[in-house]
Amino acid sequence: MRITRCAAALAVFGLALAGCSSEAGNQAADSAKNTAAVNTATKFDEGTTMAKLSEAGKVTIGTKFDQPGFGLLNPQKVPEGFDVEIAKIIAGQLGIKPENITWTETVSANRESFIQDGKVDFVVATYTINDERKKLVDFAGPYYEAGQDIMVAKGNPEGIKGPDDLAGKNVCSVEGSTPAETIRTKYPQAKLTLFDVYSKCADALSNGQVQAVTTDNVILTGLVAGAPDKFELVNNPFTKEPYGIGLKKGDQKFRDFINDVLQKSFDDGAWAEAWDRTAGKITGTEAPEPPTIDRY
Amino acid sequence: MQFFIDNFDILRDAFLTTLSLSLLAGLLALVLGTLLAAMRVSPVAPLRGLATFYVEVFRNTPLTVVFFFIIFGLPQIDFVIDFFPGAVLSVGLYTAAFVCEAVRSGINAVSPGQAEASRALGLTFGQSLREVVLPQAFRTVVPPLGNVLIAMVKNTSIAAGFSVSELSSTLPRLVNANAGDLLFVLLGVVIGYMLITLPAAYAVHRLERKVAILR
Repeated sequence: MRITRCAAALAVFGLALAGCSSEAGNQAADSAKNTAAVNTATKFDEGTTMAKLSEAGKVTIGTKFDQPGFGLLNPQKVPEGFDVEIAKIIAGQLGIKPENITWTETVSANRESFIQDGKVDFVVATYTINDERKKLVDFAGPYYEAGQDIMVAKGNPEGIKGPDDLAGKNVCSVEGSTPAETIRTKYPQAKLTLFDVYSKCADALSNGQVQAVTTDNVILTGLVAGAPDKFELVNNPFTKEPYGIGLKKGDQKFRDFINDVLQKSFDDGAWAEAWDRTAGKITGTEAPEPPTIDRY
Repeated sequence: MQFFIDNFDILRDAFLTTLSLSLLAGLLALVLGTLLAAMRVSPVAPLRGLATFYVEVFRNTPLTVVFFFIIFGLPQIDFVIDFFPGAVLSVGLYTAAFVCEAVRSGINAVSPGQAEASRALGLTFGQSLREVVLPQAFRTVVPPLGNVLIAMVKNTSIAAGFSVSELSSTLPRLVNANAGDLLFVLLGVVIGYMLITLPAAYAVHRLERKVAILR
């Protein structure tokens, strides 16, 4: 009966997915409705990356597939998150529809080589801008500024207020990450425990094997949201991690284009809207002030 | 070259961690594996059953799962073990199952007449195993045991995912800090492993030649 009714509703209203579908269906409908605008009247100079991509009508974008709120694969195997929405805004301004975007998983260790080898056209993957990386790729943005923070057990039994309180404590992070290097170099008194993924850090924290977990606040917020009765955030960011969009070194015109698109999305509210329906939904916070674009 | 000079400390410490993890886990695996092999050929049925159960459980479980159980599972029942001893235990217990099967195959290769003769001379089961059967068994299993131990050295890399700063764990760390020197990072890590496995393979080869039974 339900199926017939659903089919009837579909026939009558043409968009009746909402009534009979699962939660996932709702989300799919939501994101379809909210997808960034596609600019159909694009015009780019001959020979630029923009003209090439716009002509082809498709683009390959690198993002993370395991970062809640920024780039996380949904059950339909499509990535969702703030990074993904930013990428869609840029693709939209190239005249490319979201369904013509090929998503490629980039992890911290392969982002530079994927850009250099042309496996992806650009990368939006919680990619911190730093000088070492600027030698290999160019960055547009930043489009968001994260900061390293600390997560502790509920009630903060160790009384950890900031990184200086970590001395002598077991602190968990991921090997090869910038936060781990920060602890190594600036807070050598802390005892580092390093896993390959953050979920193991959460396990270790709930087992009492470590007293704190440290990395970018946006990642920690995702972990706290997953187990609010077990963890809490110290909420005292002590570094600045500007997230940028990585692209091939020396492609100045493409970089300027992306910077212009970002600036426009800051100004017309598309950026804040993208935040609200992705990362903002997890953290429960309002969209922050957009960062200042660094046209170096 | 500059890369290796700059990161020598990191690579050396990681190499020493892999080496000590391999030596300790290898020792545990050899002792426990031999014991298990003795149990598997013993005339006592419960011992045989227990050893068979152990071998089947550990041989058929991925090492990562063994690690997960020891590092994250045991604390759930209030048995917290440090990460390095946990890694030694995981790799050692896992490899023991393979050592057991290699040694058992060696025991089976010793002609039954040997064991029968030693029992006829009045040796107990333990004595005949220790004095007559095992010394001959070990000679035949030097090559397979070498294989098992070399595989074990490489298996220690799983400890990188469980907070042991061994050789493989330097990969993500050094790559993140030196994105342009990816190939040197890989080279450094590969050399580190070969510094352990190549001499081990050579030692096995020499030992094999020295103790081989001429048939």
